[in-house]
Amino acid sequence: MFEYAPAPESRDVVDIKPSYGLFVNGEFVDGSGSAFKTINPASEEKLAEIAAASAADVDLAVQAARKAFTTWSAMPGAERAKYLFRIARIIQERARELAVLESLDNGKPIRESRDVDLPLVAAHFFYYAGWADKLEYAGYGTRPLGVAGQVIPWNFPLLMLAWKIAPALACGNTVVLKPAETTPLTALLFAEICQQADLPPGVVNIVTGAGETGAAVVNHPDVDKVAFTGSTEVGRLIARSVAGTGKKVTLELGGKAANIVYEDAALDQAVEGIVNGIFFNQGHVCCAGSRLLVQESIAGELLASLKRRLGTLRMGDPLDKNTDIGAINSAAQLAKIRELSDMGEQEGAERWSPACAIPDRGFWFPPTIFTGVAQSHRIAREEIFGPVLSVLTFRTPGEAVEKANNTPFGLSAGVWTEKASLMLWTADRLRAGVVWSNTFNRFDPASPFGGYKESGYGREGGRHGLEAYLR
Amino acid sequence: MDSFVRVGDARGVSTLTTDVASSNAALRGFLHGLPGVDKVGADARAAMLGTRSIKTTAKRQAIDLAISMVDLTTLEGADTPGKVRAMCAKAVHPDPSNPDVPRVAAVCVYPDLVAEAVQAVRGSGVKVASVATAFPSGRSSLEVKVTDTALAVAAGADEVDMVIDRGAFLAGDYLKVFEEIVAIKAACGSAHLKVILETGELATYDNVRRASWLAMLAGGDFIKTSTGKVQPAATLPVTLVMLEAVRDFLATTGRKVGVKPAGGIRTTKDAIKMLVLVNETAGDGWLHPDWFRLGASSVLNDLLMQRQKQDTGRYSGPDYFTLD
Repeated sequence: MFEYAPAPESRDVVDIKPSYGLFVNGEFVDGSGSAFKTINPASEEKLAEIAAASAADVDLAVQAARKAFTTWSAMPGAERAKYLFRIARIIQERARELAVLESLDNGKPIRESRDVDLPLVAAHFFYYAGWADKLEYAGYGTRPLGVAGQVIPWNFPLLMLAWKIAPALACGNTVVLKPAETTPLTALLFAEICQQADLPPGVVNIVTGAGETGAAVVNHPDVDKVAFTGSTEVGRLIARSVAGTGKKVTLELGGKAANIVYEDAALDQAVEGIVNGIFFNQGHVCCAGSRLLVQESIAGELLASLKRRLGTLRMGDPLDKNTDIGAINSAAQLAKIRELSDMGEQEGAERWSPACAIPDRGFWFPPTIFTGVAQSHRIAREEIFGPVLSVLTFRTPGEAVEKANNTPFGLSAGVWTEKASLMLWTADRLRAGVVWSNTFNRFDPASPFGGYKESGYGREGGRHGLEAYLR
Repeated sequence: MDSFVRVGDARGVSTLTTDVASSNAALRGFLHGLPGVDKVGADARAAMLGTRSIKTTAKRQAIDLAISMVDLTTLEGADTPGKVRAMCAKAVHPDPSNPDVPRVAAVCVYPDLVAEAVQAVRGSGVKVASVATAFPSGRSSLEVKVTDTALAVAAGADEVDMVIDRGAFLAGDYLKVFEEIVAIKAACGSAHLKVILETGELATYDNVRRASWLAMLAGGDFIKTSTGKVQPAATLPVTLVMLEAVRDFLATTGRKVGVKPAGGIRTTKDAIKMLVLVNETAGDGWLHPDWFRLGASSVLNDLLMQRQKQDTGRYSGPDYFTLD
């Protein structure tokens, strides 16, 4: 009865160039690798040609960063802070442009890039700008490491850039950053922002490309620090390749987070938290609440509410301001989600999705719930990185904790209860870097983030996030 | 807890009522056994729904729907027959220059002016609602409240907007609140009963949810947020919690109850946010004046102004809309 008319955010605020070079030593330069294209995953239209950085290009970028390190690291912290504050303010001023570009390149709904990603990106730069002249009070030393080689994923392209660049620069390091191959555009717009902020050349270098470019960054002998966010599989390769080199490493890898709902939870809000936990950003979230552990006594009621709620999710054009679920980032990721979901059915779990129209073009996967999932199923153990929720039940708090911890990962977890003592008892026993209670996927630059076990090591964000960039 | 009925269990409302209203302890057990409301989460959900962008055809549809849901209200000590007649004329023809503007749902007045209102809206389809039960505080005896209600009904009120005894509710005497609602419902006869919770005085969302269920169990046809005399009044999260309550009550008992946010709804944007909340919480089954009302007065002119803007592409000044 009440159909919302299309409410598209205008594309006119962004000016996408036909092709982009690498950002090295404060300038855009050609890459010597073979250029690749980046597409809009919601329509499969080509957005731009992107230069690929060869090992030689990466070497030039590292040299530029090394040269800039001399002056940047010697600059008083208060001066470095001015640049970071300036970058933060420009990000705020150009937030709409960045949000639209992020949604075009990544496929995430504009509501999320506008209301979540961009405010957090600016907040992260503001936060670390504040640390730049106070490093001696942080307790991790005051000397920067040198050149940081940073490789980031495609799920939160600009936010992951902020998590990497802001603390590195605040501590006096210079960076060579490789954005994901499917989502390079906001990093390249960020390079323009660095120019606009008059950041000294070479402090930030952006090299685009695929895995080979990333390997060249990580393996470059003059890189002092490697920071990686992405899959556990690649994280293992990186750990192996830097072993014995003296490079400092932080890895933020996969997850299979348990979202535990006790029988006394605030049900309507728990349903919202489950939805936000696994369907936010199409489930392309390393800390997604992909395993729902619900107390058996309320499982039927909770699932009925959850299914009703999923019926109201709006999937479609990421630029429509009313869209809740956007496009899957790439054909390869869609194939992986499909494969694991089909596996879930074969293993005997029951699959459910709300009726939802799937656009003709682009990469789409409907919000999906699997019930009757056992710990032994692959969909309960492997990271799907898509809008797929596995539902398991438990009987007692002890069993909930046991099942939650029974995973090779340990990035995040959620606890839903109105009883504070049970909440604390549970949180104490969960082996996960972040435990949310009565909320999920909430981020703040002041709060450290990172994993246990195969979810990686090192912390990003907060005072703890400085440790990785100081000695 | 024996009396706890999980949402989704189809049980008749009368069985449920007999079970839970047998004593204060049983009633307390039931109301406190309802799932809690997490304030942070409820606020966040309401705020997120407030970002929905309703444009073009959807906006036009929403404006007309909102106009048809307005309970045009005057509840002042200075109300006179003349004031009420003028408001009723506006209720029947909100925009005299534009006959395709729908009439509002109802006019809402004090009991002594019901007769005047009934005469003024006769034949138009606009309902007459009257506040009653020692409105707005409700601080009087049950006898007085019943008499107040009977007065309004005898004068021809189609709907009665009662207030609950917030003092009794906050003191934990749920049975007293329940029995008063039952008594007023009986005094209403065929008139529809709206139960005003005065959520600004109940303060917590847990209380709002419990008072909503209490009012529904006792036979209220509508649950209404506020008198308009207390701030905060009809906030988005309070309305959200009440919409969840009517949705769950229908699933549990099979009986559908309406919702009326009242007080603080001033702009078209406010009104449209309410409709979005209904649409995505209780569902479009509630998007009808029979099931959702907006207690307001000043919002009507803003709706008319926005409607004209949609038609002509221009805003006209406030002098082009009548002040009644």
